[in-house]
Amino acid sequence: MGMLDNKVAVITGAGSGMGKVASIRFAREGAKIVVADVSGAEEETVGEIRDLGGDAVAAHVDVTQEADIKSMIDVALSNFGRLDVLYNNAGILGEASIAECSAELFDQVVAVNLKGVFLGVKYGIPAMLETGGGSIINTSSIAGFQGIPGTVAYCAAKAGVILVTKTAALEYATQNIRVNAICPGAVWTGMTIRIYGDTEMGQKEASAAQPTGRVAKPEEIASVALFLASDASSYVTGTAIPVDGAWTAGIALPVYDE
Amino acid sequence: MGKLDGKVALVTGATSGIGEVTARLFAAEGATVVVSGRNVERGSTIADDIARQGGTAMFVKADVCKTEDVQAMVRATVDTYGGLHVLFNNAGISGDTAPTTECTEENWDAVVDTSLKGTFLGMKYGIPAMLKTGGGSIINNSSNSGVVGFPGLPAYSAAKGGIVILTKTTALECAKQGIRVNVICAGTVVTPMVRQFMASNEGMQQYLESRTPMGRLGTPEEFAQLALFLASDDSAWCTGASHILDGGMLAV
Ligand SMILES: NC(=O)c1ccc[n+]([C@@H]2O[C@H](COP(=O)([O-])OP(=O)(O)OC[C@H]3O[C@@H](n4cnc5c(N)ncnc54)[C@H](OP(=O)(O)O)[C@@H]3O)[C@@H](O)[C@H]2O)c1
Ligand SMILES: NC(=O)c1ccc[n+]([C@@H]2O[C@H](COP(=O)([O-])OP(=O)(O)OC[C@H]3O[C@@H](n4cnc5c(N)ncnc54)[C@H](O)[C@@H]3O)[C@@H](O)[C@H]2O)c1
Repeated sequence: MGMLDNKVAVITGAGSGMGKVASIRFAREGAKIVVADVSGAEEETVGEIRDLGGDAVAAHVDVTQEADIKSMIDVALSNFGRLDVLYNNAGILGEASIAECSAELFDQVVAVNLKGVFLGVKYGIPAMLETGGGSIINTSSIAGFQGIPGTVAYCAAKAGVILVTKTAALEYATQNIRVNAICPGAVWTGMTIRIYGDTEMGQKEASAAQPTGRVAKPEEIASVALFLASDASSYVTGTAIPVDGAWTAGIALPVYDE
Repeated sequence: MGKLDGKVALVTGATSGIGEVTARLFAAEGATVVVSGRNVERGSTIADDIARQGGTAMFVKADVCKTEDVQAMVRATVDTYGGLHVLFNNAGISGDTAPTTECTEENWDAVVDTSLKGTFLGMKYGIPAMLKTGGGSIINNSSNSGVVGFPGLPAYSAAKGGIVILTKTTALECAKQGIRVNVICAGTVVTPMVRQFMASNEGMQQYLESRTPMGRLGTPEEFAQLALFLASDDSAWCTGASHILDGGMLAV
């Protein structure tokens, strides 16, 4: 018996990193998955799910395009007949300080990370309402809580995701639609690997700054998304959950480092 | 296969409400459970009941305000079951409903000692046992009123707010040692404590429901599911975090 038996889930950014790992975990827990990405890697994720005996279809989707989001929801309805879980996970970092960040880059980062989430919520909810409700998970970041020099557009967008989440949660609270945000810290996936380099040295460097002394595996984010997707979290809505190995808990003093 | 197979879990305030339901769920998910509290009759009945349903549990009497009791509670757990993996510091009382100027010193001390000092003592003596066991997960029980003010409950709010920052501090201290510490901030969960609070304050139930975006109060089962998630390896990267469970109340 899986935690998501008989549920249908759409996951964006599911060709890589956390989205891919979550797709596979959700499928293992019994969900049918629409694997959405713009990269072309979506077919690969679908293949891996089918190899496990799961059910999935690919959707080639740019989350900044309204038409793409509409057709992504249609893929869920036409293939699987319903939508229970929507995981708006696609994101890009777009590193640049305020001085260096062009207006175009700002627009692009906000379009993927923030508008993409808004569009998902906007078109996902009506589909969910048809079958009595559902659960939406949006990917924010610890960058949604605190400033991080060199990522101005990302921080702005991720903070926005938290308030889109809360607003949507309040608007649909009595209609059995729950909306929550996950705020990951440093996860060893595409995004972090690109910053630090896919080497032992890179991982060491990324780990050194962490209170736990390590970075997270994408599986450790997927398991939180799973809890939020499942009925086990039926009273949890409108929250932004740090999943960050205590990164935002406070100031880690070296005194307690072993 | 349960989510807590092979783990030893200690639940304070497990003789009623949230603690009782959580202890039962932990046992159903495979944990060996220590049911703790002051009421021997209720505690023993719950532990027996868990055992009757195929689980492993014992009752250990302890007042969380008392150092010797908390020490003995942890010792009994380790002596009987060989270690400690999950500690749920749940015992708490809401105390009198009265504004700050009317809050008696006795009420303040009773509420703060049970919730805040009780949580501190639980961690103070639980962590060394967990370290010997090879790590674990601590779940503290704050409240919505540990995040925002709650007029009429000054001691409760102060104690619960203290638990949030105590959680973060201890989480950072233990971050590299394989012990995770998280706190749950719940809205209104219908338990004996809340039933009593609503019964003695006319119109309170309707008010609380109307202030909850979902339009209904929470259940102890829903609380227990979040505690289970935090106790299990599914939350392996969650530490030092507040987990809100309130039907949307704090999203406003
Ligand atoms: N219900 C809610 O809406 C809500 C919301 C947020 C947070 N909480 C928190 O959740 C926790 C449990 O509340 P509940 O609603 O389940 O209340 P409850 O049904 O009244 O249970 C309280 C438990 O705490 C124990 N306790 C009280 N003082 C103690 C002491 N000095 N030493 C050891 N155990 C003690 C009681 O056991 P004995 O009498 O046997 O000692 C009882 O098992 C509390 O910390 C409460 O503040 C509740
Ligand atoms: N890696 C981290 O440490 C970290 C920390 C906090 C938050 N996040 C967030 O988690 C999410 C996933 O990150 P990841 O680390 O797995 O990254 P990743 O780069 O491995 O994966 C992101 C995926 O999103 C897809 N994508 C990008 N733009 C898209 C668009 N316009 N339409 C559709 N898909 C698009 C990419 O093709 C890619 O497959 C992102 O929202 C990211 O901001 C990551």
